[in-house]
Formats: sequence, C-alpha cells, structure tokens
Amino acid sequence: MIAETLTGPPISWFDLSPLLILLGAALVLLVAASLTPRWPRGLYAAFSATAAGATMVMGFVLWDDVTDQGARTLVGDAITLDAFSMFATIAIAVTVLLASLVTDDYLRREQMDGPEVYALYLTAAIGGITMAMANDLIVLFLGLEVLSISFYVLAASHRRRIESQEAGIKYFVLGGFSSAFFLYGIALIYGGTGHTRYDEIVGAVNGIVPTERKDALVLAGVALLLVGLAFKVSAVPFHFWTPDVYQGAPTPVTAFMASAGKIGAFAAMLRVLTQALPNWRDDWRPVVWVIAVATLVIGSILAVVQTNVKRMLAYSSISHAGFILVGVEAAGHAAGEADPGRGVSASLLYLLLYAVLVLGTFAIVTVVGRTGDSQTDLAAFRGLGRTRPALALAMTVLLLAQAGVPLTSGFVAKFGVIEAAVDERSYAIAIIAMLASVIAAFLYLRIMISMWITDAEAGDDAREAVRVSLSSGIAIVLAVGFTLLVGVAPGWIVSAAENATTIARSALP
Amino acid sequence: MIAAIEPTSTWYLILAALLFCVGMVGVMVRRNPLVMFMCVELMLNAVNLSFVALAKDLGDIKGQTIVFFVMVVAAAEVVVGLGIIVAILRRKPQATADDMAELKG
Repeated sequence: MIAETLTGPPISWFDLSPLLILLGAALVLLVAASLTPRWPRGLYAAFSATAAGATMVMGFVLWDDVTDQGARTLVGDAITLDAFSMFATIAIAVTVLLASLVTDDYLRREQMDGPEVYALYLTAAIGGITMAMANDLIVLFLGLEVLSISFYVLAASHRRRIESQEAGIKYFVLGGFSSAFFLYGIALIYGGTGHTRYDEIVGAVNGIVPTERKDALVLAGVALLLVGLAFKVSAVPFHFWTPDVYQGAPTPVTAFMASAGKIGAFAAMLRVLTQALPNWRDDWRPVVWVIAVATLVIGSILAVVQTNVKRMLAYSSISHAGFILVGVEAAGHAAGEADPGRGVSASLLYLLLYAVLVLGTFAIVTVVGRTGDSQTDLAAFRGLGRTRPALALAMTVLLLAQAGVPLTSGFVAKFGVIEAAVDERSYAIAIIAMLASVIAAFLYLRIMISMWITDAEAGDDAREAVRVSLSSGIAIVLAVGFTLLVGVAPGWIVSAAENATTIARSALP
Repeated sequence: MIAAIEPTSTWYLILAALLFCVGMVGVMVRRNPLVMFMCVELMLNAVNLSFVALAKDLGDIKGQTIVFFVMVVAAAEVVVGLGIIVAILRRKPQATADDMAELKG
C-alpha cells in the first residue's frame, strides 16, 4: 500500500486577513473574557469596534492591492478576492463598528453586559463576508450558516424577555427551513452541471450541450436557491418572519441583522446570479422581477398599518429589499456580459447606504426604548421633539433619508437602482418602485408626526427620561453625518461602487 | 420468477425528494417546536442523500465530501436550536408554536 501525502491548497494568509482578524478577535473575546474578571465598562465594545476598524483598514489595503494586481481566487479557488468582496467587507465592518457602539449602552442598561453579543457580531460578520467572497456554492452555504446561526443566538440573547426567545425560535425554525431549500438547490445544480464552483458551472454549460434532464435539474436548483436567498433578504412572499423577529430581538441586534444580514445575503445573490448562473439569466430574471414588485408593494403597504415602530421599520426593510431587488433585476439584463451595466454597482451602493441608515435609525429606537426595551410603540416617540429636540432631529433626517428625500443618502441609493432599471429599459419596475417609495413615505411621516406634532398626553412626563450615552451618541452622529455627506456629495462613493463591480467582472475566466 | 430489480441512483433521488417533502410538510403542520426542528433535520438529511446519489451518478467524489460539511452545519444547528428550545420551554412548559403569540401585529 502506498501512503499518499495529502497536500492542501496553498493559502495566502495575508489576503485572508479581514476574516482572520474577525475570527481572532471573536476567539480572544470569548476565551480571554471567560478567564478574566469582568472587564471595565465599555471595553468589550471597544475591543469589537477596534477589530471591525482593523478589518476595514485591511479591506482598503486589499482593495488597493487588487486594483494594482488584479482579482484572484484564494484557498483552492474557493473564495474570490476582488473589489466587490472588499466593498462588502468594508460595509459589513462598518455595521459591526456602529452596532458595537450602540450595543454597549444597551447591554449595560439591561444589566447583561458581557462579551457574548460582541463575539457573535464578529462571527456573523465572518459569515457575511464569506458569503460575499464565496466562489463555490458550498462555501456560500457555510457562510450563510455561520451568519444565520449567529443571528439565531443574537435574536434570543435577551434572557429576561420572552419576546426575545420567541423571536429566536421563530427565526431558528424558519431559517433552518429556508437553509434546507437553499441546500437542495445547490444539490440540484451540482447534479445538473457536476460542479459547485461558480466559474466551473459557467464552464460546464459553455463546454457541453446540456441534455434536457440536466437543464431541468439546474432550473429547479436555481428556483430553490432563489427561495433560500429571498428568505434571507426577507423578500415577499418569504418575509413573514421579519416583523416578528425584528420586533422581538433586542433592538441593537435588530439593527445589526437588518444591515449585516442584508449585505451578506444580497452580495451573495448578486455574485451567484451574475457569475455562476448568467446562462440562465432569462429564466431567473422574470422571477426576480415578480419578487421585487411583490416586495416593493406589499412591504410598503403593510408598513403603513403598523403601530409598533420596530415592526414598521421591519416592513420598511422589506420594501428596501424590494428596491435592491430592482437593482438585481437590472443586473440580470447584462449578467455574463463584458459590460456589467449599472445594476450590480447600484445594488452594492444601496446596501452600504441602507446599512448605515438602518443602524442609525435603530440606534435611536434603542435609546427611546428605555429600560426593558419595551417602549417601541409609536406612542413612545410622542413629544420627543419637545423633550429631546436634537435626537428627534437626527431621527427626522434618517427617516427622510429612508424615504428617499433629495440631499440625503437614501435619495442617492434609490436614484441609483431606478436609474439602473431605466438603463436596461425595465420601465415598468422603475415606475412601480417610485410609486412604492411614495407609499412608504407615509410610514416615515407617521413617526415624524408622532415626534413633532402629536400633543402630549397625561402620563407622558411620568415616563422614564430618554438618556443618550456617549457611545450611542457617536454612532447616531456618525450615521447622520454620513447620510448627509453622501446626500450632498455622492460622487466619490458612487464611483467607488462602480469601481467595485468593474474589477469583479475582470475576475471572470 | 421475478427478476431482481437493480436500484439505480434515480430511485435514491426520488426517495430523497419524498423525504424532503415529508420534512417540509412536517414543519408546516406540526406545532411542537422540537418536532418542527426534527423535520428541518430530516430535510437536510434528504439533501445529503441526494448529494450522495448525484455523486454516484456523476462518478465524482465532490458530492460525497459536501455531505460532511452539511453534517457539521447540522450539528451546529442542533446545538443552538436545542439551547433556544430549552430556554423557552423552561419558561413556558408545553409551549407549542401557537402559544408563541407575544409578537403579533
């Protein structure tokens, strides 16, 4: 018998540094924190924010590197290092940074300060980045599960609120359900093409004439894959978990789920659809069209009838997912071609801008929630303009941006995806998107009216005062500042997003 | 005398599809969180069976290695899922999915 030595693929550790920093920080946080007495206040959050900052720096360094040296695949072609994945890495690092700042205040208010939530933020970020970088459907599945399993625990992490545990179990059962569909989709695509790597799937189709049976397998696989991804981005009709989970989960966790989760899932969706399945683009694009329209319309309409602000923002996040799907649909027109069109870059830009917006908004909902995280009804915002005018003003800016008012980042984001759709002559979906944004604007106005106009009622003054700690304040100021900066001067970030997609295309074989 | 029928990989694919459907229907109709969770595991293992059958069909080892990844993921899900289920059942013994109605709107 001949003993063969198994040689693994060469691994370029430096190129993996964003993932390694997050992994190392998560392990250090868990191990060191359990071996040492309680750390001084704020140190857990500072540690996780520093790790996120270091990841961001490495993201920029590597972005520079791939701009010079070209995109490449790592670890035996399992993941791709290109500007697209670095853009997503930086965006996810931003969400970890802001979420850590908001969480610090929250955990001490709820008397549950500890390292676990931060460690889970870091592991979820690893999952999200892996999804964006994946060049193999199985690596994508692993990233998705790392992200999702961290989210299940995070959603259930408030030990004293039964709503939080309920959110955790609902998310867990439905998340596992959708993962199974996703995995079945991978199995069928594997059966139809014999490959799971994105470039090999494309190569397999171009190389041989697919038989009828194989094509049917792949099409069924694409459909199941889309179900799994649509669930993760909470697109209609797979959105039913979103309001419950967003409402029940601790508010800073909701902020993180809404931002990092969407970035990871949409980045994966863009990459899979345009890089692995461009040959079936005429099959999946109409499906994305229908899902996008349903998500836009239903998300906007159901948002209006809610009375709980966290549920309102959950439906608003569904309607935002619809806008990003408009960008994905536009990307579908040019998938696999040399000129990628505007769809991919518009969707990427939307993800980053929306992530910052939603984090800022939920940061304010966190501080208004007061001790116990229970004051999230519309009534809790009543009179905020009188008692905390600066906070109400920040909320107003963020809500106007979510509605897509000019001079805010929300306008830049929505303009980008609608322009991309018009470029590809998808006029119908562009018009529906504009109408949906008008309907959704009503929702944001309701919160603003509650803050500024509604009269105070008896008992309002007896409520606990809203306190804004330094770290939450910094997070809110950063989010509002970024929103206005991008709104006034969008050029630099638009060209960064476009840069991110042109390089992603050159990575194709 | 009946000739022995040689099972082909298609049989296993059909079996896997049936198991997947059993799991899917189970998640939708059963109300005990533990049973719903077991149905999700059944769905994942049905996919594992398809991976092995397809790998046999294609004469490719990759499908069989994928199964190990899926098993690890399923194990991680068990750890987290049982933790959450135990936490919720300790506060509400005999809880079913219908009892979980704190979140409505």
